[in-house]
Amino acid sequence: MAVLRLTRSSSGPRLTEFICVLLLVLVSVASASRDVVPGSNETWGNPARATQDDPHHQTNSTGHKKAFPVLSFHYEEVKKPLEISLWILLALLMKLGFHIIPRVSNVVPESCLLIFVGLLVGGIIKAIGGEAPGLDAKLFFYYLLPPIILDAGYFLPIRPFTENLGTILVFAVVGTLWNAFFIGGMMYGVVDLLSCLLFGSIISAVDPVAVLAVFEEIHINELLHILVFGESLLNDAVTVVLYHLFKEFAHAGTVTVADAFLGVVCFFVVSLGGIMVGAIYGILGAFTSRFTAHTRVIEPLFVFLYSYMAYLSAEVFHLSGIMSLIACGVVMRPYVEANISHKSYTTIKYFLKMWSSVSETLIFIFLGVSTVAGPHAWNWTFVIVTVILCLVSRVLGVIGLTYIINKFRIVKLTKKDQFIVAYGGLRGAIAFSLGFLLTDSDMKNLFLTAIITVIFFTVFVQGMTIRPLVELLAVKKKKESKGSINEEIHTQFLDHLLTGIEDICGHYGHHHWKDKLNRFNKAYVKRWLIRGERSTEPQLISFYNKMEMKQAMMLVESGSAAKLPTIVSSVSMQNIQTKGPARRRAIPSISKSREEEIRKILRANLQKTRQRLRSYSRHDLLIDPFEDVSEVRFRKQRVEMERRVSFNSDCDMSHYLTVPAKSQETPPVRKVCFESEHQIYTYDDSESPRGSAQASRPHPSSPDAVSLLDESPQRPSQRGALRTRGDAEVRAKAPDDKEEQDQLKLSRCLSDPGPKKDEEEDGSFLS
Amino acid sequence: MSDFSVEQIKNLHKRFEQLSGNEETISRENLENIPALANNPIRRQIIGAFFDKRNQHQNEVGSFEEIGFEQFLMVMSHFRPPTLKTTEEERETMRKEKLRFLFNMHDTDNDGTITLEEYRKAVEELLSKSGAIGQEAAKAIADAAMLEVASTNVPHMAPDDFYEGITFEHFEQILKGLEMESRMHIRFLDVDTTTMHCGRSTS
Repeated sequence: MAVLRLTRSSSGPRLTEFICVLLLVLVSVASASRDVVPGSNETWGNPARATQDDPHHQTNSTGHKKAFPVLSFHYEEVKKPLEISLWILLALLMKLGFHIIPRVSNVVPESCLLIFVGLLVGGIIKAIGGEAPGLDAKLFFYYLLPPIILDAGYFLPIRPFTENLGTILVFAVVGTLWNAFFIGGMMYGVVDLLSCLLFGSIISAVDPVAVLAVFEEIHINELLHILVFGESLLNDAVTVVLYHLFKEFAHAGTVTVADAFLGVVCFFVVSLGGIMVGAIYGILGAFTSRFTAHTRVIEPLFVFLYSYMAYLSAEVFHLSGIMSLIACGVVMRPYVEANISHKSYTTIKYFLKMWSSVSETLIFIFLGVSTVAGPHAWNWTFVIVTVILCLVSRVLGVIGLTYIINKFRIVKLTKKDQFIVAYGGLRGAIAFSLGFLLTDSDMKNLFLTAIITVIFFTVFVQGMTIRPLVELLAVKKKKESKGSINEEIHTQFLDHLLTGIEDICGHYGHHHWKDKLNRFNKAYVKRWLIRGERSTEPQLISFYNKMEMKQAMMLVESGSAAKLPTIVSSVSMQNIQTKGPARRRAIPSISKSREEEIRKILRANLQKTRQRLRSYSRHDLLIDPFEDVSEVRFRKQRVEMERRVSFNSDCDMSHYLTVPAKSQETPPVRKVCFESEHQIYTYDDSESPRGSAQASRPHPSSPDAVSLLDESPQRPSQRGALRTRGDAEVRAKAPDDKEEQDQLKLSRCLSDPGPKKDEEEDGSFLS
Repeated sequence: MSDFSVEQIKNLHKRFEQLSGNEETISRENLENIPALANNPIRRQIIGAFFDKRNQHQNEVGSFEEIGFEQFLMVMSHFRPPTLKTTEEERETMRKEKLRFLFNMHDTDNDGTITLEEYRKAVEELLSKSGAIGQEAAKAIADAAMLEVASTNVPHMAPDDFYEGITFEHFEQILKGLEMESRMHIRFLDVDTTTMHCGRSTS
């Protein structure tokens, strides 16, 4: 076996290839077995059944007894699930294989490779003599397509989508109409007009699956991506209407004006109806998620099921299922994400990505197999003319529409942009499936052949060349967004500013209506759909919380992986905090949940490498030991302090230097404590009113500063009459148990300057 | 300012007269009385920007009590969008101008930097319509934002260094990704104030 002789260095990919080939053969045999094996299956099946019947006869028959079958072969029973699993496994192994072999995947996009694999499998099956399974339209539309669309819709970037909605709609609706009529009209002569128009309507739509597959790998800028992708999603309504319209009339033979008018009405019904169905299911899903606090495990299922129901419900009425699915995802998302747990969110994300990935792979493989399998009617002229016409109509359509659109756009589309939009108009499996659903057999084969050729052309030629072209034309790539809080603040700020300016101008523009929608959303909708207090949380705060979580997690992960974070900056809070008057409370007040998070994270991280904590502390907001500390520790330490005080101070005298005060009713005593661990200062002026005198504040980072333990004035009954002085108060924190044990820091001890409780400046204080 | 079309200037003049009650100048009260502005969290700062002398580009500081149509138009000119014919250079100038406008809105004491206090104030105002949750978190958010600015622009500071405030250069740097010249604009195309009372504008 060649496997055994492989060298170790190349054994990885070679082994994978071998397994792939093995699986290819296996799958082909499994599929082919449908025709080849049924005969033998029956003979196999029968003995099994016969042996089962036998016991009945056994008691009657005199001596003939078959041996109990220890091991038998029941292929028929598991055939269906086994085949499905084998196909999926094949698809995934192919995907895996492509990424292990790096050279190929850089040049050829994955979709091409997958179609190629499909061709291979189809070829093998045919060679064995079996019947290759075609891309069953029902399988495609009900099982393979929805996950991809849901993934796209749920994670659709809303801001760029709504900003460019006008452009996208014009391309989707007008562009597709133009394509359909141009191609159909030009083909007139081959077959009758209506069939041509039907063909035109099938072939004209840009396919979201193909676009996603190709564009995902080239990382172009957001605007172009959303334009082409949005177009591919929204043209579904047009396609559905045109397809059904021409299919009906292809039988009738003639079209009247009334029919055309009905077609237009139908378009609006289909698209708006689809969106409405999706929105209803979206709201239902959001509402349901409000109550899932106690059953977190099934939360993701609600999202998936409601979306799938939206799709199916729309399909029932021949409304646009894709638009319904998109609408459902878009409507549901902001509310669901506010309600579900973080783990559910991760689950949803990964399941969607997983399903859509598998679907996409399967679709392309099946495309390849169907090409080998299907009956073909090759007509050179028809096919070539179709391909050329598709290209020409796309280019003309884009140029013409952009000319009109640019008059209304602020950010105009340049020639480069137009080229990418035109070149990115790929056709894919939807066109193929629609063609497959045609019933007229002689036209069907002709059309199918042409459709497959166009698909191959767009996916192979355009898919492969778009990446070098993007490089050549120096098209702007996607910028790496780091989720900057400053950008978020200013985006919100700009929104309000522009709304305000519009109001001053008296101009009810985009910002005005967007603002109105947001306020409506906040006042009414959120209260119903989001549970608890999060319904009133403004967007900036949720963004900030998300970022904190992300940073904290990054810190934990990088701490354990022994990697330094990418931005190593020595700036910390003390660099930007002004050393103002003592009045100011320097502990930022934090909410309970943030406390919890910080505590959890600190606990987790402190258990690992402690040294690294130090080097991170300089730049990370969360655990800067010199400034920000959780209030929990503060309280804990206060409790400790009180405990210590409540002990007879004699017991702990060694740690304290009690400076005797001059006689007074309530002599102020200052206790000085040798802090053995590193200190964290917080400035807290909340306790007693201050006079105007301000002592100079201690510099927070100097480790030699004395730490004063000032007991709170609310406990005068404690031994030694502890009353704070009126001057600047510093509460040094006794460290947490888990903190590192530093060297004993010698602290300077101070004398109590004097009994008078006036506002005398004390120079001999803390430095 | 000369980039406005005659049509747009006419429309804005109509609006100006409406706001001022057919007077020559408008005061702060005139702007504060606009009902739609009542819901805007940063209302005060927007109105303040109109009366800010720095936005008139004549190297003066301070603020006006009342402004005339010319000054009104000058402030509005900050919100023009770029056209297809705008060159790269002009875009740069435009971007700087708009960023300067934003900077002036934050830098209330006009010392050339946005200090931590000023930034905190700005974030507080932004969250002012969000009640108590807003106020608590505003501080933390402003602090984090300031820290981010400092870390990106001056990555290596010794513990004793003090970051005075966000200078205009740093401000430009952190907002560089937002492409201000395309974002900060309103559509002046069909500003027709007479349709305001009927509801939707014609654009």
